[in-house]
Order: sequence, then structure tokens, then C-alpha cells
Amino acid sequence: MKYFHLVWAALFRRKTRTFLTLASIVAAFLLFGLLDGIRSSFAQLGQNADGAQRLQTASKLSFIETLPISLQGRIANIDNIEAVTYANWFGGTYQGPKNQLFTFAVAPNYLDLYPEILVDPAEVEAWKRNRTGMLVGETMMKRFDWKVGQRVPLQSSIFPNSDGSLDWAFDIVGVLRAKDKKSAGFTESLILMHYDYFEESTPYVDGDVGWYISRVSDVRRSDAAARAIDALSANSPHETKSMSEQAAMASQLKQMADIGLIVGSIMGAVFFTLLLLTGNTMAQAVRERTSELAVLKTIGFSSSSVLCMVLAESMLIVVIGGVLGLALAAVIGPAASAGSGGMISLPPVGLQSWMLGLALMLAIGLLVGALPAIRAMRLNIVDALAGR
Amino acid sequence: MKVLRAAGLVLLIALVLAAWIFLPWWALLGVAAAFALWMLLARSGRQAASVTMVGVSTLSQRLGSSSVVIVGIAGVVGVLVALLAMAEGYRHTVSSSGDEQTAIVLRGGSSAELMSVMTRDAITTIERAPEIARDAEGRPMASPELVVAANLPVRGGAADEDGSVQLRGVGDMAWAVRPGMKIVEGRRFEPGKRELVVGKGARRQFTGLDPGSELRLGSQPWTVVGVFESGDSMESEVWADAEVVAATYGRGSSRASVFARLSAPSAFNAFKATLAADPRLQVEAKTTLDYFQGQSEGVSKVLRIIGIVVGSIMAIGAVFGALNTMFASVASRAREIATLRAIGFRGVPVVVAVLLETMLLAALGGALGGAIAWLVFNGYTASTLAGGVAQLTFEFKVSPALLWEGLKWALAIGFVGGLFPALRAATMPVTDALRAA
Repeated sequence: MKYFHLVWAALFRRKTRTFLTLASIVAAFLLFGLLDGIRSSFAQLGQNADGAQRLQTASKLSFIETLPISLQGRIANIDNIEAVTYANWFGGTYQGPKNQLFTFAVAPNYLDLYPEILVDPAEVEAWKRNRTGMLVGETMMKRFDWKVGQRVPLQSSIFPNSDGSLDWAFDIVGVLRAKDKKSAGFTESLILMHYDYFEESTPYVDGDVGWYISRVSDVRRSDAAARAIDALSANSPHETKSMSEQAAMASQLKQMADIGLIVGSIMGAVFFTLLLLTGNTMAQAVRERTSELAVLKTIGFSSSSVLCMVLAESMLIVVIGGVLGLALAAVIGPAASAGSGGMISLPPVGLQSWMLGLALMLAIGLLVGALPAIRAMRLNIVDALAGR
Repeated sequence: MKVLRAAGLVLLIALVLAAWIFLPWWALLGVAAAFALWMLLARSGRQAASVTMVGVSTLSQRLGSSSVVIVGIAGVVGVLVALLAMAEGYRHTVSSSGDEQTAIVLRGGSSAELMSVMTRDAITTIERAPEIARDAEGRPMASPELVVAANLPVRGGAADEDGSVQLRGVGDMAWAVRPGMKIVEGRRFEPGKRELVVGKGARRQFTGLDPGSELRLGSQPWTVVGVFESGDSMESEVWADAEVVAATYGRGSSRASVFARLSAPSAFNAFKATLAADPRLQVEAKTTLDYFQGQSEGVSKVLRIIGIVVGSIMAIGAVFGALNTMFASVASRAREIATLRAIGFRGVPVVVAVLLETMLLAALGGALGGAIAWLVFNGYTASTLAGGVAQLTFEFKVSPALLWEGLKWALAIGFVGGLFPALRAATMPVTDALRAA
């Protein structure tokens, strides 16, 4: 640490070059911050403690098949199951098919199983009283500039209303907010309506539900509970498949595209390029300081302290650039999400991304500094001073 | 003065980049030809050419730092081209699924086949429309089809990991409506039997879809009897007899959609009008071209935006890398450049020479990146959930247009990365540079 001012001075020996190197590191870590945010928010969907406690039961045949509502009571009787709720897909769109919304018709106790969704208790009461009421996520409210108390026309892309048309109208009675901002992207763009009203109005549903959600009291025995639920309808026309909510989410996402692979290969290409550019700069910096390093050695600096100083320099520049880049990503991500009015949702850079980013910065700094540092360490004083 | 010059430079870069983006290739070719003429004929042009020759011929001595520019830009172009190829491949697969002469009829308000339900009566009415072409026996070439999503085990996935596949129930008219559809292995299914033909893409995506094998769909056993190829999004589907599918999935006599071959592409508007005029029908007709393009629009746009955003950020990083390298290269050749200027070479040839050198390196990088993207990703298969319902497999498509776009990016990076070092070389005080080590 006592040589810090030396390292610092060496870093700013050529201001232009340091600035340019910093800028390309900032660009790389900005990209890293944005991509890793996406990757980890996908990886973390449904992975909170509440998600592990919930089992999702859907038709084994395909996710468009429905299940009989009579199953609810039978699932509730299974050992280890605390509560059961159900939901059905509504397929809502607003102002034409281009605005597809996440709309579920849910049982009255649906919110009891989702403690991570915050709703004003008075609004929940209002929702329970109003058959055509709906609860709308905060992002969705902002996106369409909706207000509580407003009546909103929605179209369903699947289900006709009682009059045979696909037009429905609902009253907004409350706002859904996410307790944990990490899952806000999904929760706050959700719309919940009454299953009862939906089921009575549309001729197609007839007491069928899309899927069941049940909460287990003991997470360690949730596999057994899932098997017991599936056993209820084994060999019937409505065979089910139950798994924890996070497993269901993961398998659904895996079908979207192999996000991890694509993001990973982009990051690989970025870092390869970055390593090369920074490594080259460090090599240059050491090469042109050969005589200075030789003087340092002459006045008594040991070879290992010269090695450490060069390594410290390269790590310092990568860390400065990296922190700037990640900070920039932390600012740009939410700003882009807000600016797009809910069209895209880039999560803020989480703690995990910061840790991973810092580890990467140190590793890259070490790696690119290694060759020039070893060169500096092995420097022969006499040759270096003579300019050979 | 300094501020004014800086502002002028920024303006110049903005202008050149804007021209670079918006001008068509033939206009750029014209500019390049004019430039070549200048180098051949004008005095300063000939000077520029000879200085460039010197710079290029000594490139091998600066192999390390020059290759950094090449590889850095290759990285940018490679990632950009690969991401755009993904968007392009997706768009190509989905939009080549339709043409102007085939119409698809869905229930009004349904955005996808999976969400549409039509009754037998409605289908019979639609089939009577006079604009529909007739086959040799005088039957209308219209194919009512049923689409359901079915779960199948994913290839390479965990034991109980299922993916969603689109199961299409068709009648014998389906083959006549789609002339591009070919059975490449096995045979067609026989009506009334639980037999399946599978698309090539679906076969690649899921296990147990080889001809001869048995599988369970909708809690019934089915036999795979053939494989078909169509070069479009149908390849991700599995086909069976419509009656059997309807019975298995409890769909009765309803169908999801009608594909109709029209007598001519121009007959579509009349066909649409015929359906709209019939009060018994609440349906919506689109050409299949429009329908499938609409289905792919959102996703391919998102993929393209991701490609360009990621490419831009990487390009900024690479510009700074190139600047760094070229500044260092100019600094190490300071004496050489100063000597040239001392013996009478003017500023412009020196600027042009350094710029050209950087752009040459950038072009090499762009070509390398494009070549890598082409070798690795052309024909690479990926899959995604399409329309939120079923897996769609598609191939990355590295087209010549994309390679050209990548090269354009590379040259733009080279231009920005070379301009400032070039100006530095031309404005360096000659005496200082000659005295420098």
C-alpha cells in the first residue's frame, strides 16, 4: 500500500492512453452489467423462498389442457398441503392483439398464497366485492396510464363473453406491487380478475381451471406431496404433472431459448476482446518504462515488488473501469426500463452481479498484467539502463 | 479555435457515419472510385498512395499491435453478425411459411391458431367461397385444420423435462394446399389411425420421433410413420389425422383454422369481402404471408435490437482499442512521419495514409469476424417458444447482406479509430518529433 502513489502516478503517465483503455473496459463491463442482470433475473424467477413452498399442478398432456375444478378439494385433503388455489389463462389484450397482457382469472384466495405480492388490504376487499373488478400491476398501470376506479375494456384472444363477442370490461380496483423489486418485472405487469365471473360469462370454461397452486407446509416433503397430487388423477383423462413453482418456471424459460448459452457466448467474445486490448496496452506501458523500472531496481526495489507494482497497476485500471461500467449499467438499465414504459424490463444490477463482476475484474487484471509484470521482474538492470 | 476544431471534427464524423449508414452500396462504390481516381491522378493523391504503401509494407514489423486491432474488430463483427443471423434466421423461417395465394381464416379476434375455434357450419360456409381454387375433381382446395399443443420429452433434457410441440390435425387437402411439403422418410399417415408424421425440426428437438417408434400424446399411444420437410415453420410441427386428433383432445367437430388456396393472389380481397359479407360468419381472413410475418415480427425485432445494442456497446469499446493502438503506432513512427513532412509531404497525404492503414486493418478484422460467424453459426439450429405456445426450430442464417453489414461496421470503427491518430500525425510539430527518441 505504501507504493500506491507510485502505481497511481504510473497509471497516469500517459493520460490519453489510460483514458482510452479505461473507456474500452467501461464499455465491456457496461455490457456485462446489462447482460448479467438479464441472466440472473431469469435464473432467479420463482427462486425465492415463497416459490419453493408452492407446487404448480398443470395438465400432463399440454399446458393448454384444463383440469376439473373438483380436484381442488381432493388436493386440499393431501397431507402436507396447507392451501390450494387455482387460476386460468384469460389471454387478455388491450387495444388490439399487439398489446398482449399477462391476465389470469384467479380464485378469491389466490393472493393468500403469494405473500410477495403487496396489495392494500382495503383494495383486496374492494376486489372481492366487485365481480368485474381487477387488480393491476404497477408497471401495467403506468404503461397505459390507468387509474384506480377506471373501467377498462379488454379483449380476450381465446374466450368470448356471454354475448358471444370477445370484448370484456373490468373495473380497476387495486394495484399489485412486488415486495422484492427483483421479481417486479413479472409481478407488476400482471392482471388478476375473478375466476367466478369469468367462468360464468364464457361458455367454454365450464368449471375447468388452467392450473392449481398449492402451498406445502414442509418444503422437505414437497416431492411426496407432488407425487400424491399426481396420483389423484393417474390414468384419468386429466392426468396432471406437479412440480415446484421454480422448476416449472425454469422448464418454461428453457423453452424460450437457451438464454444462458447466448448471453454466455456474447460475454465470452466481449471479454476475449477486452483482454486483448488491455493486455496490449499494459505491455506497451511496461515496454516504454523499461528504464524507469531499471532505476527503481537500482535504488533497491526487489524484483518481486516490481512485479507486484505492475500487477497492481493493471488490476487498478481494470477495477476502476469495471466499477464505472457496472455503475453505468446500474443507472442505464432501470432508466431504459422506465423510458420504455414497461415494454422492456432491465433489472438493476444486483449484488450477485457486482460480486461476479469484481471477481472478473481482479482476474482479468491479474491475467493481462501477468506477462508484462514477469517481464519487469526479470529485467536485467544493466541491459535495461543501457537501452538494450 | 481549439473548441471550434473539435466541434468541426465531431460534425465530420457524424456526417461520414450518417452517409455511411444511409447511402446505398452503389453510391459508396462511386465514392470509393472517386477516391481511387484521386489517388491515381492528383499529385497529393499520389503522395498519399506512396505514404500508405510505406505504412502498409512496415505493418509486419508491428504485427503484435496491428493484430490487436484486427482481432478486436473481428470480435465485434463476429458477435454482431451472429446475433443478427439469429434474428434473420428466425424471420426467414417464419415468413417463408406463407405466400400471397394462400389464405388463413381464423375466428375473429384470435391472434393465433391455437386460440381460434370454428364450428363445422362456419367451415362449410367458408369452403363455398367462389375465390377458392378447385382441384382436378372440382373440390375446393381448402383445408380445415385443428391445432393443439402437446408435451413431449425434449432431446438432451432431464428425464421428465417436457417441451411443447404443436400437433396439427389435417385432412388430405392439407397436402394439396401446401405444395412445398415433402415426405422425406417413411409415408403419410393413414386416415383414422393413430399415426403421426413429424417435421424435421420437431424430430431434432424432441426424443422418440424416429419413424417406427411409438409415443404417448393425449394419453393415447401413437406411431410415427414418416418425416416431412417443408423449409418453414411447419417443420417444427407434428401432423396427424384431424378426426383422430379431435377425438383424442375432445374437440368434437370444431376446427381452429382453414387454409385455403385461392385461384389467384389477386383474389384475396374478394375472398375477404365474401367472408365479411356473410352474416353467419365471424371470422378474419389473412394471407398466410401476412399471418406468419405478423407472428414473427415481435421476436425478430427484439432479436435485432439486442444485436444492435450489444454490437454498439462493443463497437465503442473497440473504437477506443483501435484509437489506443493507432496512437501508439503513430507515436512509435513519429520520427518517420516527421521526416516525411520535413522533406515536403503535406498534411493531407499523411492523414489519408494513417486512416487508410487503420481501415485496412479494420476491414481485415471485419472479414475475419464475418468468416468466423459464418463458419460457426451458418446453419446452427436454435429453438424458441413461438407465439408463446410451441417450440419453433430455426437455423441461423448468415446472409451476404449481413456480412456486408458487418464489414460496414468494421470500416466505421476503423474510420473513427484512425481519424484522431491520423490528425495527430499530421499536426505533430516536426522539430519536436524529429528530436524525440
